[in-house]
Amino acid sequence: MFKIVRKKELNSAVTLMEIEAPFIAKKAKAGQFIIFRLDEQGERVPLTIAGYDREKGTVTIIFQKVGFATIALGNLNEGDYIRDFVGPLGKPTPVEGKKKVCVVGGGVGCAIALPSARAFKEAGAEVTVIVGFRSKDIVILEEEFKAVADRLILMTDDGSYGQHGLVTQPLKEMLEKGEQFDEVLAIGPIPMMKFVALTTKPFGTHTMVSLNPVMVDGTGMCGGCRVTVGGEVKFACVDGPEFDGHQVDFAELMSRNATYRNREAQVKESHACRMDAMGKALIK
Amino acid sequence: MANMTLVKTPMPEQDPKVRARNFQEVAIGYTAEMAIEEANRCLGCKNPKCVEGCPVNVRIPEFIKKIQEGDFKAAYEIVTSTNALPALSGRVCPQESQCECRCVRGVKGEPVAIGRLERFVADWYRENVNAMPEKVESNGIKVAVVGSGPAGLTCASDLAKRGYQVTVFEALHTAGGVLVYGIPEFRLPKAIVANEVAKLVSQGVEVMTNMVIGRVLTIDELFEMGYKAVFVGSGAGLPMFMNIPGESLVGVMSANEYLTRTNLMKAYDDSYDTPIIKSKAVAVVGGGNVAMDAARCAMRLGADNVYVVYRRGEAEMPARAEEKHHAKEEGIEFKTLCNPVEIIGDENGRVCGMKCIRMELGEPDASGRRRPIEVPDSEFILDVDTVIMSLGTNPNPLIRSTTPGLETNRKGGLIVNEKEMTTRDGVFAGGDAVTGAATVILAMGAGKKGAAAIDEYLKNK
Repeated sequence: MFKIVRKKELNSAVTLMEIEAPFIAKKAKAGQFIIFRLDEQGERVPLTIAGYDREKGTVTIIFQKVGFATIALGNLNEGDYIRDFVGPLGKPTPVEGKKKVCVVGGGVGCAIALPSARAFKEAGAEVTVIVGFRSKDIVILEEEFKAVADRLILMTDDGSYGQHGLVTQPLKEMLEKGEQFDEVLAIGPIPMMKFVALTTKPFGTHTMVSLNPVMVDGTGMCGGCRVTVGGEVKFACVDGPEFDGHQVDFAELMSRNATYRNREAQVKESHACRMDAMGKALIK
Repeated sequence: MANMTLVKTPMPEQDPKVRARNFQEVAIGYTAEMAIEEANRCLGCKNPKCVEGCPVNVRIPEFIKKIQEGDFKAAYEIVTSTNALPALSGRVCPQESQCECRCVRGVKGEPVAIGRLERFVADWYRENVNAMPEKVESNGIKVAVVGSGPAGLTCASDLAKRGYQVTVFEALHTAGGVLVYGIPEFRLPKAIVANEVAKLVSQGVEVMTNMVIGRVLTIDELFEMGYKAVFVGSGAGLPMFMNIPGESLVGVMSANEYLTRTNLMKAYDDSYDTPIIKSKAVAVVGGGNVAMDAARCAMRLGADNVYVVYRRGEAEMPARAEEKHHAKEEGIEFKTLCNPVEIIGDENGRVCGMKCIRMELGEPDASGRRRPIEVPDSEFILDVDTVIMSLGTNPNPLIRSTTPGLETNRKGGLIVNEKEMTTRDGVFAGGDAVTGAATVILAMGAGKKGAAAIDEYLKNK
């Protein structure tokens, strides 16, 4: 059992939790992920590590309450326990030997872009960060990024905060002006990562993306997370989760990630009905 | 008075039509009367050949004699003196190629049903006695066991009996390895595996789940933590694919994924959250026991048609005869001498068919089996919406890639010497991690040998 020692709502849909997991905290590196399982009936759900405190023995996760499991996790509170919490899984972000990098985060993906940006900084790189959100009310981790980035560009889709537009716009402008990056790392929704990769491709800028395919065990056993990279099949859990964005077959990834979408919607609906019925029963 | 009937006392089973749609155990098990009747078929040979065929040398005629006498507890004690997990081996061992094929009764008629009798005594003990084993006085020497499958559990049990302070590290959330994620409930109820793990814990073994060795701790760190020897029984978990077009379509998965969702995550039970694809027609590619398990799960999950697609003939299938028989009884259709060449998808990227080619058998290959050759222009489309690849597995590279000095063979199996020690001092290994995919009982045998080797190594240190 793994104790939730801190909980903080970052915005209406995104929650931060600090979990007591001393073995993982000792080993975790930016770019790696954990898998949690809430209870005996729960699914195994992968989440990229948003931070860790080696002394305190805690691992931070930041998640969007979108699926059945993340909604249920979001309903837990400080002092509650998570049944299973395993990691660190996957390969860390390779940060060595890079002098100038650009980290691009989109929405809740910013939560996992932050530790990678920090790792680049600690490895001696000059770090530009571009983060994008739909609107001002869902901006997260701005202060944290400011502390890490040499240059922070904040974008909103509706222009309600920072600059108006998508993350690819400032990236393209910088590249057009002749800025050179040893690496661009994009973490966010699949379409965003795809368009970041398309933006950097004409400039030949090495671009990594952090993928989140369907996964069960996270140790290479099931192959559910296979992605095609440069025509070769890779397992995101052991070969990734970061891959060369210019080589990833994004269309296939999107299609594979939709495997259980109908079922998830059904479950959510029946769960909502259940909650509704329970609520009504309580009122009576 | 010996029972000279030529055939085994029949095993009561669920009706095929009924069981094909549920996950309860297929074989119901002998009653005490049936067990005694079958035990009486054993002639109690002075020079028992059956024992030689057993990877863990169960004293077969001795335990069967106790069944004849109705002393089931004594029978259990004889079995467990060499076999830590009889409820498992009695169910999943290929007895027909180990103990039973050597039985003198098999010369004329069927051999004694040794497996069924082993299962009977284990089940009888669990249901009637189930005394948890006592903890042996600890010698204070720490030993780490990586993996809680059949090799790891056996090794841990034998080491605990010798007084070692054993910690078992399991990567998944439940101990048991392939016994819980791979072998389905209807062949091996998970409560039985959990009971074996509970026995281990009562012997003083610490079982730590959610620990992926190679990631959260390396083998070297285990030594730094004070473990004096390590047994690696991490299995062969990495699934193989065919590398044919269409393998990344939605609806194609490894048998490992299909079985893990079904067995470990209990996707067949609506009260569990893990989803599994709902299929109308399923092709399972491969001819081993795992293919049979996947096909039989598919039928139980509600598919209308389930095919086992295999490139050689039925006689060449590596699956046990009993598994093939059960699968066919449950309505699974064998498409033998048939090999997939492409998986076809619809406009949404989902499987809507599998193109296959007919095969014929040519000259024997290196494995001694006749090599399948394609019949020209014989392609046809099998109408399926799900394809499960059951082509075998390779050892997981996680431990070898994070442990300096650990050497592997061409196929990724850890190299061990005659003392079960790897190329690293104090690191022992056994089971599929060494041999590549094999059977539960061979892994148990390797775990047993590993424990003996570790004991000898630590005593001479």
